[in-house]
Amino acid sequence: MSALLKVDDVTVSFDGFRALDHLTLTLEAGELRCLVGPNGAGKTTLQDVITGKTRPTSGKVHFDGRDITRLPEHVIVGLGVGRKFQRPTVFPGHTVFENLELSLHGSKAVTRNLFARLTAEERQAIDGTLDLIGLSDLRAKAAGLLSHGQKQWLEIGMLLVQQPKLLLVDEPVAGMTQAEIERTAEILASLAGKHTVVVVEHDMDFVRSIARTVTVLHEGRVLAEGPMKDVQADPQVIEVYLGA
Amino acid sequence: MTPALARLRAWLGPHLNTGIIAILCVIVSIVVPICNAVVPESSALHVPDFFVTVIGKLTCYAIVAVAMDLVWGYAGILSLCHALFFALGGYAMGMYLMRSIGKQGMYASDLPDFMVFLDWKELPWYWYGFDHFWFAALMALLVPGVIAYVFGFFAFRSRIGGVYFSIVTQALTFAAMLLFFRNATGFGGNNGLTDFKRILGYPLREPSTRAVLCALAGAGLALAYALCRAVVGSRAGRVLTAMRDVEPKVRFCGYDTVRYKLFAWTLSAVLCGFAGALYVPQVGIINPSEMQPSSSVEIAIWVAVGGRGTLAGAAIGALLVNGLKSWLTAAFPAAWLYVLGTLFVVVTLAMPGGIMQLIGMGPRAWNVLSRFRTPGVKVDASVVGSPSSAPPPAVTLVDDKASSASAGGAAGS
Repeated sequence: MSALLKVDDVTVSFDGFRALDHLTLTLEAGELRCLVGPNGAGKTTLQDVITGKTRPTSGKVHFDGRDITRLPEHVIVGLGVGRKFQRPTVFPGHTVFENLELSLHGSKAVTRNLFARLTAEERQAIDGTLDLIGLSDLRAKAAGLLSHGQKQWLEIGMLLVQQPKLLLVDEPVAGMTQAEIERTAEILASLAGKHTVVVVEHDMDFVRSIARTVTVLHEGRVLAEGPMKDVQADPQVIEVYLGA
Repeated sequence: MTPALARLRAWLGPHLNTGIIAILCVIVSIVVPICNAVVPESSALHVPDFFVTVIGKLTCYAIVAVAMDLVWGYAGILSLCHALFFALGGYAMGMYLMRSIGKQGMYASDLPDFMVFLDWKELPWYWYGFDHFWFAALMALLVPGVIAYVFGFFAFRSRIGGVYFSIVTQALTFAAMLLFFRNATGFGGNNGLTDFKRILGYPLREPSTRAVLCALAGAGLALAYALCRAVVGSRAGRVLTAMRDVEPKVRFCGYDTVRYKLFAWTLSAVLCGFAGALYVPQVGIINPSEMQPSSSVEIAIWVAVGGRGTLAGAAIGALLVNGLKSWLTAAFPAAWLYVLGTLFVVVTLAMPGGIMQLIGMGPRAWNVLSRFRTPGVKVDASVVGSPSSAPPPAVTLVDDKASSASAGGAAGS
């Protein structure tokens, strides 16, 4: 069976409010999935549950055949789940290069990193990623000084050098210019196949441009799932989201 | 800034810091002892005996400041109990010095004077071993280290951070102070440990012994600095700084932040114990008032004044503020606390990078961020949501609350 991620009957309640309500979701390896839904649908909470930031009230999450429901964040990352936050989150005082260095796939132990030197392969991986995200010329610049769009790309780059099996990308094009959006779509599309990618996005044009399968969340449940054109035609979806 | 210039700056930053510390250490370890012991008293270059002790004492404070900068300036953990770790190291060394008095105390007893005074008949078990210098030296490092590790383990694992962590550390040092004030605790109550005679057989009153102790303090500062510089220059050091800025993101890069914090925290405590052990033979007394919460606050002020996140700045801050204190408490005793308070407020508001920033040597992070700092205003990048052609939105060092919010606290926003 090739399911990489199985979210099985997960419920998360915050003081009685059900952010996720018996949600079940399966992702195949290599898939590019878009997750849409109106505000409060549970998109961010779902990512919190998968990455270990929030513990579900009930239900299980399996990743790569392993139960990850109760594991701490850094262990889940080590298993191969990468996450890009909604707001671009980079290390502002570190250079672009150092941001990527800190995200590298490899040992994260204190003792190892006290004496760590960049190997030739690691340097190559960083250089390659810098090319892909178009920040090669800005490698020595402090990440805090980048523009909004550049930060978004840097964060995607930080995910890539982690070499995750599953990438969770939250609103990658929020606040981007049209040209930046197109470039981001290219980057994400080039990742599918090698990685499994989940994109959470409000921008429907963007979703249309990259999506193969779309999952619509509403009030903590899966409302509809399928190819974009089917989902768009679904009267329920139109009512709660697309029509609004 | 061109990459070449940036690289030059990045290289120069730590090296200038190292240069400052090297000069300080040469003065303390070589120039001062020689000018005291070798240069004749008639010469203008002669350093008086009392001054040697003052310099040695200030150097011990500088070690504490460097240790504090490691956890506060780089890892973003504001400790308000570093004076406790310092005092614990001091007590360990003081216990050895008490034992080495032998029968020369006031009561000519085998036991320390305060125990005779309390009518104790034998040495409590926790004083065993302190007859040996090596044991005391080991304990001066081990006791603060173990206490810091255990305390830190529970605090960091429960994700206590920011000002909450600071408050808990303050409670810790206050509790320890109350404990040490009790006679029954067995460390001399409010008088502490004093009236030391000799260390390793050398009389502590001799100027030559004091000159050697001063030189050792200088060497100790060099060692502490070298260690901290190696840590912050490593990838682990960059993880610490990243944690200071955006902690949740560090976890999502796969790092166990608890371990990194524990490492920096424990190392810092051990260095404080080391400084305390160097300090006590020079000043000749250790008592619970060293553990006062205000002592720890002062340590934070030294570092803030000197410049957080530079290491050398912390040492300079410790020397300057304490030099000022020595002078002011003699000249205008009533004014000192007002001056200290004003200094802290002014530094925090006007120059967050401290003296090092003033002379253009602040850490990279401060230089970067200060360009966009508007005091009291935090501009959220995603709120601005500007296209890339617009000027980049302001960045602030993300504090705990802001960063947990950015990590997506609310349900499916």
